[in-house]
Amino acid sequence: MAERKPIKGITIESTEKLIADTLAEMPEKAQKKRAPHLGANEPGASACAVKSNKKVVPGVMSQRGCAYAGAKGVVWGPIRDMIHVSHGPVGCGVYSWGTRRNLMQGIPGVTSFPMDFTSDFQERDIVYGGDLKLEKLLREADELFPLNKGMSVLSECPVGLIGDDINAVAKKMEKELDKLVVPCNCEGFRGVSQSLGHHISNDSIRDHIIGKFKFKEEAGPYDIALIGDYNIGGDVWAAKPILEEIGLNVKSVWTGDGEVEKIGATHSVKLNLIHCYRSMNYMCKVMEEKWNIPWLEYNFFGPTKIEESLRAIGELFDDKIRKNVEKVIKKYKPVMKEVTDEYKPRLEGKTAMLFVGGLRPRHTIGAYEDLGIQITGAGYEFAHQDDYDRTAPEMAKGTLIYDDVSEFELEKFVEELKPDLVGSGIKEKYVFQKAGIPFRQMHSWDYSGPYHGYEGFKIFARDIDMAINSPTWDLVKSPF
Amino acid sequence: MAEKKLRQIAIYGKGGIGKSTTTQNTVAGLASLGKRILIIGCDPKADSTRLILHAKAQDTVMDKVRELGTVEDLELDDVCKRGYGEVMCVESGGPEPGVGCAGRGVITAINFLEEEGAYTPDLDYVFYDVLGDVVCGGFAMPIRENKAQEIYIVVSGEMMAMYAANNICKGIVKYAASGSVRLAGLICNSRETDREADLIEALAARLGTQMIHFVPRDNQVQRAELRRMTVIEYSPDHKQAAEYRTLAQKIVDNEMFVVPTPLEMEDLEDLLMEFGIMEAEDETIVGVAENA
Repeated sequence: MAERKPIKGITIESTEKLIADTLAEMPEKAQKKRAPHLGANEPGASACAVKSNKKVVPGVMSQRGCAYAGAKGVVWGPIRDMIHVSHGPVGCGVYSWGTRRNLMQGIPGVTSFPMDFTSDFQERDIVYGGDLKLEKLLREADELFPLNKGMSVLSECPVGLIGDDINAVAKKMEKELDKLVVPCNCEGFRGVSQSLGHHISNDSIRDHIIGKFKFKEEAGPYDIALIGDYNIGGDVWAAKPILEEIGLNVKSVWTGDGEVEKIGATHSVKLNLIHCYRSMNYMCKVMEEKWNIPWLEYNFFGPTKIEESLRAIGELFDDKIRKNVEKVIKKYKPVMKEVTDEYKPRLEGKTAMLFVGGLRPRHTIGAYEDLGIQITGAGYEFAHQDDYDRTAPEMAKGTLIYDDVSEFELEKFVEELKPDLVGSGIKEKYVFQKAGIPFRQMHSWDYSGPYHGYEGFKIFARDIDMAINSPTWDLVKSPF
Repeated sequence: MAEKKLRQIAIYGKGGIGKSTTTQNTVAGLASLGKRILIIGCDPKADSTRLILHAKAQDTVMDKVRELGTVEDLELDDVCKRGYGEVMCVESGGPEPGVGCAGRGVITAINFLEEEGAYTPDLDYVFYDVLGDVVCGGFAMPIRENKAQEIYIVVSGEMMAMYAANNICKGIVKYAASGSVRLAGLICNSRETDREADLIEALAARLGTQMIHFVPRDNQVQRAELRRMTVIEYSPDHKQAAEYRTLAQKIVDNEMFVVPTPLEMEDLEDLLMEFGIMEAEDETIVGVAENA
């Protein structure tokens, strides 16, 4: 891949100075801990610039979630035909209820269960244990919603503290109800971020779901699965048709708009296409080791990356698919050109800074670049070393990389680099908008979407243009 | 009359050492001296009040909470019972071993008693009879701020009992730093081991405290227990009853409240060796099976 052209005014030296100036305002101990997490990008370097997946420095404002959030919000929540039980006090269940825009089909309560099921712990449940209550809950939930295809039990912190044996309850109830009951020991205090919750959930899928089911139809040579696409704002629905158009058969989706029996039958597909590497690479590796299923990372943000990904996918199949790939690319070229013709003139030369979970900063870069926008800074809440390794080649030399960035650091960086857009989460949104800086909430696509695929790019381009070129910004006078 | 000062006392010690028996007999002794007392059992086994109430098992706070659903619906009268010598009795209760969180049960129960005004102004003493070791924060609840200020540790001349006593002292040091809790003495509940009184005196000295009383072993205690009574009530004229009354009087008069100085493991073992409880350490025998 060709190295990005340097961005005007950004060099390794200037970025290192910015980092040093920012750190200088912190106490010595915090400086020492934060310094390895901030760096200037060197696209060619063998190891990534920054340290990651470490405990948050006490006292700084971090954007991270917990293991339970990673399990409930990311992996389990989108599986639409299962009942997901938040086991513990009521808050965790309520505040993770319907907050992630992982859209799903179905009739609520009949074929989909976008509801809040929780064991709502009271004092007595802490003292005497919540095992019996959990049994009762599972029994009642199954009675009220008999069409559910299974239940997940997600531990909140107190469950781990008092040692409630959800694994034993799940085993017992699975037998009694003759339904899948999956325990997931994702207590929030485990690990340094939501990332461990993804891993624990992958392990639960490995131990309790995968291999337990079969697809109804005969296996075919073009059977694939989409892994790590959670259908945020309908992304799956924009990505799946493209894969079907090139002749592939998308047998299951993990876990956006997901169906558990299809997830459990995924061990019979020919290829796993992984979108969010951070949250689901574990299961791709399991399926590779156990069932010899190859996996490939793909990226459907913006036409450049879509074309690159489609061709890479085609390489793993026969001429028929490869021909289809070219046909599809050709078909959408003019459609995409129309989009870039409209928006690029207004966006060319703009810059953006990104800070999202564990995938999007690197995955969306191509889409911004298709619109002529350069990325001057990127970082993740909970990414690991391998994510940063994948990020470095996507960024220009000297650009800023920040891991688990604090509010203070990010504000300072934005102040200095003056991007035309910041793409991050809800906690950052109003800080930057109030500072007069265009912002898009990139966890939920800011209540828009999809951003995936050809359909998604149209919406993405419109949203970014709308954010950056809104006349609002000229009307706002800062009182400071 | 000057306002009475409520003395709150916690009894700790190794499991099975006789804490509940000693506590109830001592409390009966205090009652016979005309003192007003509340016993709070802080052990899910809930056997801290049976000798005072002549009852097999008292309704515990947590049992009633489980039955009623929430602690807010509970009334003090449901769980606070009057027994021998007008002694008031409460058991925190809790789960069977292996489930839930007994420690939280103690916290819930004590909070409930405080909020509901169980600590009435006419009381002279509150006794907390606490399960075994201080295994978690819940079992340290009785010695947190504004609760027990005096701790007595029940101990015997057996090695593990002394280990436990030393560990409990470490817990007291932690809470003494932030509050007013102090060690008030060791109660030796005799197991008739060799030179027991001397050994416990020596241990007490090392811990910076006193052996407040040496309670000799006497089967009269068991005979009374079979009748779910304290010795004091069952046979007030027996010499063992006199021992508990003496201990009670010593507690009334006690003014020696210290921050203990727990021993390092090595020092404790030296002490045991000095008294012949433990052999000198021989590293060559460690981990070697008999027939090896």
